[in-house]
Amino acid sequence: MRFLGAIATALLVVGAVGAAEIPLAERRSGYSFMKPDTKTMQDDDTANPGMLWVLNGETLWNRKTSAADKACADCHGNARASMKGVAARYPAFDKATGRPIDLEQRINSCRTNHQQATPLPFESRELLSLTAFVARQSQGAPIETGADPQLAPFVAKGRELYMQRQGQLNLGCANCHDDNWDKRLAGAAITQGHPTGYPLYRLEWQSLGSLQRRLRACITGIRAQAHDYGAPELVELELYLMSRARGMAMEAPAVRP
Amino acid sequence: MLPGCATAAELRSYAVTGDAIPQSLTGMAGDAARGRALVVERSSTCILCHNGPFPEQKFQGDLAPDLSGSGSRWSEGQLRLRLVDASRLNAETIMPSYYRVDGLTRVGTLWRGKPILSAEQIEDIVAYLASLRE
Ligand code: HEC
Ligand code: HEC
Repeated sequence: MRFLGAIATALLVVGAVGAAEIPLAERRSGYSFMKPDTKTMQDDDTANPGMLWVLNGETLWNRKTSAADKACADCHGNARASMKGVAARYPAFDKATGRPIDLEQRINSCRTNHQQATPLPFESRELLSLTAFVARQSQGAPIETGADPQLAPFVAKGRELYMQRQGQLNLGCANCHDDNWDKRLAGAAITQGHPTGYPLYRLEWQSLGSLQRRLRACITGIRAQAHDYGAPELVELELYLMSRARGMAMEAPAVRP
Repeated sequence: MLPGCATAAELRSYAVTGDAIPQSLTGMAGDAARGRALVVERSSTCILCHNGPFPEQKFQGDLAPDLSGSGSRWSEGQLRLRLVDASRLNAETIMPSYYRVDGLTRVGTLWRGKPILSAEQIEDIVAYLASLRE
């Protein structure tokens, strides 16, 4: 992974880093906790199952849709140029709603507003494919999410949700991902919870899945009520996690156990 | 001492003396063999965090102390309070309160209003932990 650019970017935004954050020098992607064969699966495009979604996403990118008879490519051209670095800035501030939206929601807002098509359901093959294809164009780019000052109150909300204890087990995200990331939960390595690789292929899921899916799994794991897909709380958590990972390299489509 | 009024009816009352709950929650002694089976069962959540003398269990946690020797370190009453509500002894602890329903946030509908373990299950686990002498 390319760390030099990453470090430079992180230094620029260091003023915004919160007190409890893991210092940049100790920040580790979930990748670094994996066994060598799982790392190889991620690194080798021909072995990475996520690439199937990326390829499908490329097809969808170029396919004309619905009433407007426009493809993503008709507005955005070649994604390799136009989408480079974009996923590394999401969730981003959406002027229309005055709130942060994540990449899936951005893709759906393009579908409704510019393609006059119906939004794609969360976790549908099409939405995951388009998101994976767009995110892939940022592979290796340093995460920059949260730089926009309009996002500040939402980053703060996300951080509150991250710290808050909840559920029947009464645990907060920070209890595992800040305080115990070098330990094992029933034999599984607990990572620092950096969302560098989404959407990603989880061996346990036998599928690609979004960051919201992962967050809902952690929330259900502590026996709390999972927020619905698209809920403001999930987007605020995504936003906080991405801003907490600022400077780290994007890996999508990653592979995780 | 009654935890939470609205749901108190579902939990049996218990009295804390020092750092212990000296009396059995059910008025009866638990069953250590059932207790062991509960401790290693995934849905009880213990070995997500703890490890212990369970050589047959491949996946154990290391966020928490080894349960080996619990019975030589703690009395039954002390073990009971640690299971019922460990946060009374250490407000910052990550160990869940297994017999408490109040003071929790956003509990999922499947689990709402119920303690993680029943009084009988707590007693079985207490009996098992108390038997771990080394
Ligand atoms: C009881 C421990 C625990 C709690 C509490 C917890 N998680 Fe997790 N989380 C895990 C484990 C175990 C995994 C899977 C291994 C890993 O990636 O860390 C995981 C995975 C993740 C990942 C994926 C990391 C990757 O590399 O793909 C993210 C992101 C995450 N959690 C965020 C959260 C958030 C946000 C919360 C609170 C809403 C939370 N977690 C609560 C244990 C926990
Ligand atoms: C989310 C993590 C977690 C879970 C789940 C958990 N514990 Fe604990 N437990 C701890 C920690 C951490 C401590 C250390 C004391 C403290 O933090 O207050 C502890 C302490 C203890 C102690 C005292 C150990 C000693 O020798 O000092 C016992 C006994 C115990 N736990 C039993 C259990 C049992 C039985 C279960 C399941 C019914 C369980 N724990 C579930 C985290 C956990």
